[in-house]
Amino acid sequence: MTLPAPAIAIRRLSKSYGRTEVLHGIDLEIARGATTCLIGPSGSGKSTLLRCIAFLEEATSGTILIDGQPLGFEEQAAGRRVRLPPQRIRKVRSGIGMVFQQFNLWPHMTALGNVTEALVTVKGLSRQEADARGMAQLRRVGLEARARHYPSELSGGQQQRVAIARALALEPEILLFDEPTASLDPELTGEVLNVMRDLGGEGMTMVVVTHEIGFAATVGQRIVFLDHGRVLLNGTPAELFAAPRHPRLTQFLETYLDRGAAMLLKPA
Amino acid sequence: MSFDGSVILAALPAILSGLKVTLGIWVAATALGIALGFVVAAFRHFGPRPLGLALRLAVEVLRGTPFLIQIFLLYFGGPFIGLSLDPVPAGLLGLSLYAAAYFSEIFRAGFLAVPRGHVEAAQCVGLSQAQIVRRILIPEMTMLVLPQCVNMAVILVKETAVLSIIAVPEATAVISALGSQQYAFVESLFLLAVIYWGLVEACGRAGRALETRLSKFRFA
Repeated sequence: MTLPAPAIAIRRLSKSYGRTEVLHGIDLEIARGATTCLIGPSGSGKSTLLRCIAFLEEATSGTILIDGQPLGFEEQAAGRRVRLPPQRIRKVRSGIGMVFQQFNLWPHMTALGNVTEALVTVKGLSRQEADARGMAQLRRVGLEARARHYPSELSGGQQQRVAIARALALEPEILLFDEPTASLDPELTGEVLNVMRDLGGEGMTMVVVTHEIGFAATVGQRIVFLDHGRVLLNGTPAELFAAPRHPRLTQFLETYLDRGAAMLLKPA
Repeated sequence: MSFDGSVILAALPAILSGLKVTLGIWVAATALGIALGFVVAAFRHFGPRPLGLALRLAVEVLRGTPFLIQIFLLYFGGPFIGLSLDPVPAGLLGLSLYAAAYFSEIFRAGFLAVPRGHVEAAQCVGLSQAQIVRRILIPEMTMLVLPQCVNMAVILVKETAVLSIIAVPEATAVISALGSQQYAFVESLFLLAVIYWGLVEACGRAGRALETRLSKFRFA
């Protein structure tokens, strides 16, 4: 019996800024159809890793395979790493959607305009067809009624849901979230997490960098704990959070006692 | 001696023709300055480095010298390098170049002010570099730089008065000449002040109206 190929396979991935190496030879496989949460202290490299998967950062060495296809660089027989042509990079990237901490909606376009922009500009759909698809995605995040609003007329939570709809519009295989609720008021995080929970339930492959430990523990099927640019732990929430815990993880969770992680620290 | 506006009003047709020249040069120089300034800013932002440095030097020279000196050099120095222009074209060219230098700086700052994340979001959904410039950077930058552009247009309307020294028949040249002929210096200067202030006020109001209309596109 062969296991299905992972959605994302990361091999010996390192990333340096100047002389500072922030990722040290990461090896990681992301399962298809599952929600994987990347957690860890700030500076642990979790956002950098996610940005490498989105190809917003170029790793210094190592490879990333998306659905078996090399992203950005290909390792050749002699161990040399060559940059792939732009069309191939775009092709592989098109299977990945990204949601940012700061939403990054384009302020001069309506919610619908944000969602349909790439459908028209990149995919070449007619305005009518793009609008129909865009409305379907807005419906999915519960914002059909806000389609004609500009980002400045939407709450933070609504903006982030539009950003999720924008990423979904291109029908990606994989959705990446970079601290999607970190810049939201606490009462607005729920609506965004609910949308993400629904997507996870539909079998979307998601990689979520998050500080929402409660979300990670309840929605994440895999938890990857990064520390100082290395994968320290990788397992199911049950495995990771059950006693005996890794001391570094316990130390990290203790900083979260006031964010609903207290339950995880109770003796099993 | 009393303040007597009638001599000025008697010469209304001449005044209107001067006003027309002022308006024409102002609008044309602002439009050319914006167009050229945008091209310069785009080359400095996206173009090769040597070209960027050369353009930067040109901008620094134009911003670092008085407009009065620039226009003298262009008009009286131009013929030495085979550039003999009549007053109106010389004035228009000089003011446009001066405007372009300032507009290019405004646009350059505008490009830098568009949040990096907005560009990354566009890259993630597959927009090409050219599409990002056209669909994201230019519209967002326009929003950001509108107030400074209105401010620059206001400065330019007043700089048109400098063109009187190379005998461009604009408002200042026409009306102050009239004042000298009729010994109505104060009246003519007063009229000029009112005219420029009126133009500046109108420009400012138009700018604010435009800003209000575009305000829903503001950054969230």
